[in-house]
Amino acid sequence: MALRLTASHITKGYDGNPVLRDCTFSFAAHGVYVLTGANGCGKSTFLRICALIEAPESGDIDFFSVGAPLPKDLALRRRITLVLPRVGVFNTTVFGNVSYGLRIRGIGGSRARKKVSDALEFAGLTHKKDQNALTLSSGETQRLGIARALVIEPEILFLDEPTASVDQKNTEIIEEIILNMKRDRMTTVVITTHDREQAKRLSDFPLIMDGGKISAV
Amino acid sequence: MSSITESFARAVFLIYHLDRELLRIIMLSLEVSGTALVLASLAGLPLGALLGFRNFPLKGLFLTVLNTCMGLPPVAVGLFLYLVLSRSGPLGFLSLLYTNTAMIIAQWVLALPIVASLSHASIVSVDPVIRQASMTLGATPFQISLTVIREARYGIMSGVIAAFGRVIAEVGAILIVGGNIAGYTRVMTTTIALETDKGNFELALALGLILLGISLSINVALHVVQKRGLAGARRWP
Repeated sequence: MALRLTASHITKGYDGNPVLRDCTFSFAAHGVYVLTGANGCGKSTFLRICALIEAPESGDIDFFSVGAPLPKDLALRRRITLVLPRVGVFNTTVFGNVSYGLRIRGIGGSRARKKVSDALEFAGLTHKKDQNALTLSSGETQRLGIARALVIEPEILFLDEPTASVDQKNTEIIEEIILNMKRDRMTTVVITTHDREQAKRLSDFPLIMDGGKISAV
Repeated sequence: MSSITESFARAVFLIYHLDRELLRIIMLSLEVSGTALVLASLAGLPLGALLGFRNFPLKGLFLTVLNTCMGLPPVAVGLFLYLVLSRSGPLGFLSLLYTNTAMIIAQWVLALPIVASLSHASIVSVDPVIRQASMTLGATPFQISLTVIREARYGIMSGVIAAFGRVIAEVGAILIVGGNIAGYTRVMTTTIALETDKGNFELALALGLILLGISLSINVALHVVQKRGLAGARRWP
């Protein structure tokens, strides 16, 4: 059963400055949600709260599969993932980075190699698999982040500004990866971007964040 | 000037022929310092990790004390241990004074703060985004800690190598607790001190050159480790 996410009355601020104010939204259907808004409006904060990396000051994040909300435990955290704007590359090969999520789940051997190879191919990084990941370009690093997330087959994938600091060519490649995910319709994808044209190209469900709240465009 | 040249020539001759006594002294030095380093690493790495990952009351004070202990004067450590291990001391019943064990304990005391403090510094300097990335990929808290330690590995290795450099070259502590007993607790540094006092410069110089060679190897290793770490840190997306 597909995983659904509901954010209810989320409030969050930093140093006394409120960022999210009673923010409520339900990601009920499969597809690509693209959240736009001005810099500093709280898009990234919202994503981090949804990905269970940060706790809200008040309000609830609930994931549903069937019936009651799921407990926010490791099992749930392993069904979702967030690709951070600064990916957080491990000082090892590209292959080692992408296989990380499988290793910590105890998945190894030929099954893991196949999954990693597929993810690398999907992200167009097969030819870089033996290279130290810290030597990749910014665009390749973002693609590495996406491959690292895809290999664990998340039911909900959060992408925080995946093309914010990459060149045109890599932006096109990343958009193509997202469009492929959209066609596969296996994963609910939530993306933040400040590029409205990109939002139009990618989204099934365009959203806007303003005044600490989310609304459909 | 000619006597220095002559002493050097004879020292090189001694190293080239490496007699049994010289070899025994070198091996004992490596054994004592190596054992002390392994034991200091076994205690220091978890301590560094604990300080890096956990918060507790007076942690700042503890870190300050630990950092201060990195510069402990070896003679002071030797004196303190002498008082503890001597027959009238609290651990005198163990009869450890003037044994290899006493020398290992002394060097352990000197190496532990270096390993622990530099491990802690390496762990806390790992970019916080690594921890977050690990968390987003579904790691348990233990797996996150292991990932951070793995990212800090070059800094941790530098700390271990630096600690070895410190203990292999120290003389004050082991001279006091080891007693520099010929054929039993005589190591390179204590032999150098003794032979210099006796005016037997050839043996002192020979051991000095070997010690210099070991220090050079340690520094080369440290340089390689730091270079690899820096190569990794150069790009941190």
